[in-house]
Amino acid sequence: MIDFLPQNIWLSVGLKVLFALMMVGAVMTMAGYSVLAERKVSAWMQGRVGPNRTVLPFIEYIPILGPLLKKLGIFQPLADGLKFLFKEEIVPGHVNKLYYYLAPLVALVPALTTMTVLPFGQFYWPDGTVTTLALADLEVGILFVFAVSSLGVYGIALAGWSSNNKYSFLGGIRSSAQMISYELAMGLSLLPVFLWVSVPGASQSGLSLSGIANFQEGNAWLFLVQPISALVFLIALFAETNRLPFDMPESETDLVGGFHTEYGSFKFGIFFVAEYAHIVIGSALFTLLFLGGWHFLPFMDDPWPANFIGSLMGVVWFLAKTIFLIFFFIWIRWTLPRFRYDQVMHIGWTKLLPIALANLIFYIFIVSLIDQGIIS
Amino acid sequence: MAKTVVLKRKPLTLSERTYLPQVVTGLKTTFTNMFKPKVTLQYPEEKPLIPKNYRGVPTLVKDPNGREKCVSCQLCEFVCPPKAIRITPGSVPEEEPNREHVEKAPQEFEINMLRCIYCGYCQEVCPEEAIFLQDQYSLSGYSRDEMVNNKQKLYQLGGTLPDRHYKWDKKKDAEIEGNSH
Repeated sequence: MIDFLPQNIWLSVGLKVLFALMMVGAVMTMAGYSVLAERKVSAWMQGRVGPNRTVLPFIEYIPILGPLLKKLGIFQPLADGLKFLFKEEIVPGHVNKLYYYLAPLVALVPALTTMTVLPFGQFYWPDGTVTTLALADLEVGILFVFAVSSLGVYGIALAGWSSNNKYSFLGGIRSSAQMISYELAMGLSLLPVFLWVSVPGASQSGLSLSGIANFQEGNAWLFLVQPISALVFLIALFAETNRLPFDMPESETDLVGGFHTEYGSFKFGIFFVAEYAHIVIGSALFTLLFLGGWHFLPFMDDPWPANFIGSLMGVVWFLAKTIFLIFFFIWIRWTLPRFRYDQVMHIGWTKLLPIALANLIFYIFIVSLIDQGIIS
Repeated sequence: MAKTVVLKRKPLTLSERTYLPQVVTGLKTTFTNMFKPKVTLQYPEEKPLIPKNYRGVPTLVKDPNGREKCVSCQLCEFVCPPKAIRITPGSVPEEEPNREHVEKAPQEFEINMLRCIYCGYCQEVCPEEAIFLQDQYSLSGYSRDEMVNNKQKLYQLGGTLPDRHYKWDKKKDAEIEGNSH
């Protein structure tokens, strides 16, 4: 993206800041609306209606559209956010104040940092050059995502510890154990993907997110080539984002609220937003790695023209895939019962890790055989 | 004593041990559930259908001739388990000629709805069929005093119910015929 920025340093920095704010706005809006989606989808799956009362003044009186928006609860995230803002700020007397306040920030910052390297489309210039749309299209994007997103666990562990409460503490401990266990399987499940993408003579690094997405253009999507990798990665993603069935840090059923038992008002809101931002970013990541990113369908070239409209349609298509994955996250949550803590550890260490390793070794053989021209 | 039999379970197949087919089945179930009709009742706009014999707020009723039926015998006050009912007995006003055979009437009749447990004993015990638990179920107030239903409020809530006996008309007729008791 550097190449088209204006020469003036201030203008170029200003533009960067503007893009960053837009990206944060987009991801935060998506996080807010995935909270709404969670409430709506869970309601529908349980035979309920979900939030359908919130509406801004006057909008209700627009014919057809007004009542429809009200029924869909479009304004509910606004009300939820305001509720977090205006709630009474309570700090229990027994907490470690510094770390207690620090924890929500430590949880949110990594979630927002990973989005910088997340490409979400391509821009086709009139002269035929193609720019990847991302705040920073790093060559080692996926490594950066892994490095930063695992920092999020510090927020949770810190919250659990500084709350000085047994439930919170257990939540924090469980969370760190879970994160460490699934980080391994997650990383190992992606190694075959890098092997597969780094074909001899590749122009882009196999670790670049946009490179992996572009590799799947007009080609098989990687989840078709490597279903086991995709499955292991998806399961590990559920664990990393602390979603059910792996909601160990929260464990509402046995730990009250887990790490955020002692948190209220906006500090809890930040944890909440961070959790959903993780889901949004995780979905985008899975889309990029295994579902072809902004490219149309497996084995098909993009049907849209290589111009402004085409770039826009690519972004929309990418968003559609991401939103479907967010829906999938919610769908799984309201379908499966949660695992017990020991089951989580059992699955992580004795099932996922060996599967990921075996998968890696299998693809090492396949790739080396392809390289020697024995199979093609 | 019944014998317990331990059932032999078939060992799980490989696909069952991955749980994935079962997960897919579960996903299907929840997905089809999304499109089924909802059971939610949008409460203030939609009200539930109150069945007959519902035990709502206790009320006093009048007979179809517009006469109050309660004769302040105080049986309900006596039977009321949480002592929610308080009756001040009084006499029937002179200016109501069609009630001349009624012996007494309540001067004041109060039911404290903060105490009432909706047990329906008052309705059961009433010899005059004057008190009924009807279909009212939602009541609220800003103070404790507001939650005490006085006689006027009770008649307003109760209204008129059909009467099968017209007990006091029969008494009057019997006296005119000359064979009372």
